[in-house]
Amino acid sequence: MEFLDASLPYILPIVYALAMISVFMGLCSYSVLAERKVSSWIQGRVGPNRTRIPIIGHIPIIGNLMTGLGLFQPAADGLKFLFKEEIVPGHVNKGYYMLAPIIALAPALTTMVVLPFGRYVDADGITQPLVLAHVDLGMLIILAISSLGVYGIVIAGWASNSKYPFLGGVRASAQMISYELAMGLALLPVFMWAAAPGSEYGMSLFGAVQSQQAAWTILWQPLSALIFLVALFAETNRLPFDMAESETDLVGGFHTEYGCFKFGLFFVAEYAHVIMGSAIFVLLFLGGWNFLPWLADPWSDGLIGTLLSIGWFMAKVFFMIFFFIWMRWTLPRFRYDQVMSLGWKILLPLAVGNLVFNTIIIALYDTFTR
Amino acid sequence: MAKTKVLERKPLSFAEKTFLPQIGAGLMTTLGTMFKKSVTLQYPEERPVIPDNYRGVPTLVKDPNGREKCVSCQLCEFVCPPKAIRITPGEIDAEAEPDRAHVEKAPKEFEINMLRCIYCGLCEEVCPEEAIYLQDMFSLSGYSREEMINNKEKLYELGGTVPDDHAKWDKKKAAEEAGNAH
Repeated sequence: MEFLDASLPYILPIVYALAMISVFMGLCSYSVLAERKVSSWIQGRVGPNRTRIPIIGHIPIIGNLMTGLGLFQPAADGLKFLFKEEIVPGHVNKGYYMLAPIIALAPALTTMVVLPFGRYVDADGITQPLVLAHVDLGMLIILAISSLGVYGIVIAGWASNSKYPFLGGVRASAQMISYELAMGLALLPVFMWAAAPGSEYGMSLFGAVQSQQAAWTILWQPLSALIFLVALFAETNRLPFDMAESETDLVGGFHTEYGCFKFGLFFVAEYAHVIMGSAIFVLLFLGGWNFLPWLADPWSDGLIGTLLSIGWFMAKVFFMIFFFIWMRWTLPRFRYDQVMSLGWKILLPLAVGNLVFNTIIIALYDTFTR
Repeated sequence: MAKTKVLERKPLSFAEKTFLPQIGAGLMTTLGTMFKKSVTLQYPEERPVIPDNYRGVPTLVKDPNGREKCVSCQLCEFVCPPKAIRITPGEIDAEAEPDRAHVEKAPKEFEINMLRCIYCGLCEEVCPEEAIYLQDMFSLSGYSREEMINNKEKLYELGGTVPDDHAKWDKKKAAEEAGNAH
């Protein structure tokens, strides 16, 4: 018992981390299903509706419903990736070829360490975030680590040693570097307001959420939200910015030479980025777990309130994931030069202007209200 | 010279230049299609409606009295563009059908190679006895080349019986009973 008490501070974080990873990976596989289902609904199709697991799938009504919704499909997809023959083409650089999928997935999974997903009220009556590591500069960590994800794609493209993956890798690196600037600059005003002089919230993501109790950021910072959203689409390599894949002109882009489970890792990484991007957008602009745009969280202080805050946050994240999918099946792909000119000639100046404008407003506000 | 009218293209408004209203409209369109009924046909369970005069797998048919209609004239064999049909002519068994024996012939073997058949329907068109029909069967599969050659037995099984307006043999019988054969 004594040993248990002593080791609990070390074991608990590991348990929490494992729990979060399993939830996150489950979300990833089910966003793949969501992608397939939503795309088929948009295109007037039905989508995966055949996979059935023996016992659960044969419960009279629920079994048919679950099969029709394709709820067992992610398991089949995953198993298929797992049991396929691992083919490594002869012309690739083996070490980097193997490393690339891991590098692509790891940053997306690492960033969730600083991602608050709910709130609880501790014994002293102070509202605390539910987060693995409550650090003050969470957003900075997320920006720094998630931008490492581009290395996965670039290394994949380069190590494949053939022209289409190479072109995809080059495009991805150019695109992600361009949009990262606009993304960071679009975020600055949000944190400047959250940590403005006289504000009680710091620079942490939790502070950013708590500062939205009166009104969600998207209502009074629509330009920042728009720039961030566009940059987010570009960073996650999703349509209309999927330069790295663009299967019509680059076969499959950076993952052309990848098969089976290594391709699966890239696939999961893409959705991990989408989920992380959605979560960050919800935290910064859609009020996190705050109830309505003009209403702070009405959840009670107890356990139920905590669960409700998590639930509401997840609901918003699901909507954002749906929005990502919805956007993908609505818009065609940009041409490469259009992507570049949008990033450098429009979004970056807009973001800089937005930053300067907000700085002046904050300075004036500070001068006249002091 | 033809009159040409040059259409003035209006410059884009600011809202149009941002593309945002257009993206919004596009999103609404896709959202609308999400809630429409899907056009998918759940194939093995649901079957498509086959229109009349559909050219499916060619089959041999019998007349309403169960007689073979084919008289092995071999016109279909000659007309078949990919040479998918092979007929071995034979005699009609005199004991089973004394009326028809030595009057008409019947195929001893009738083979349609479905790997060669192009479903053109010329055999059906050329047949003087209306004995071969392209019916509504559209999915044919097999594990070997031999399996894909439909023999006479299979062709009659697929074809079944079709209504016959001419009733050639019934008329002949009626005429004989009335006393004016031939």
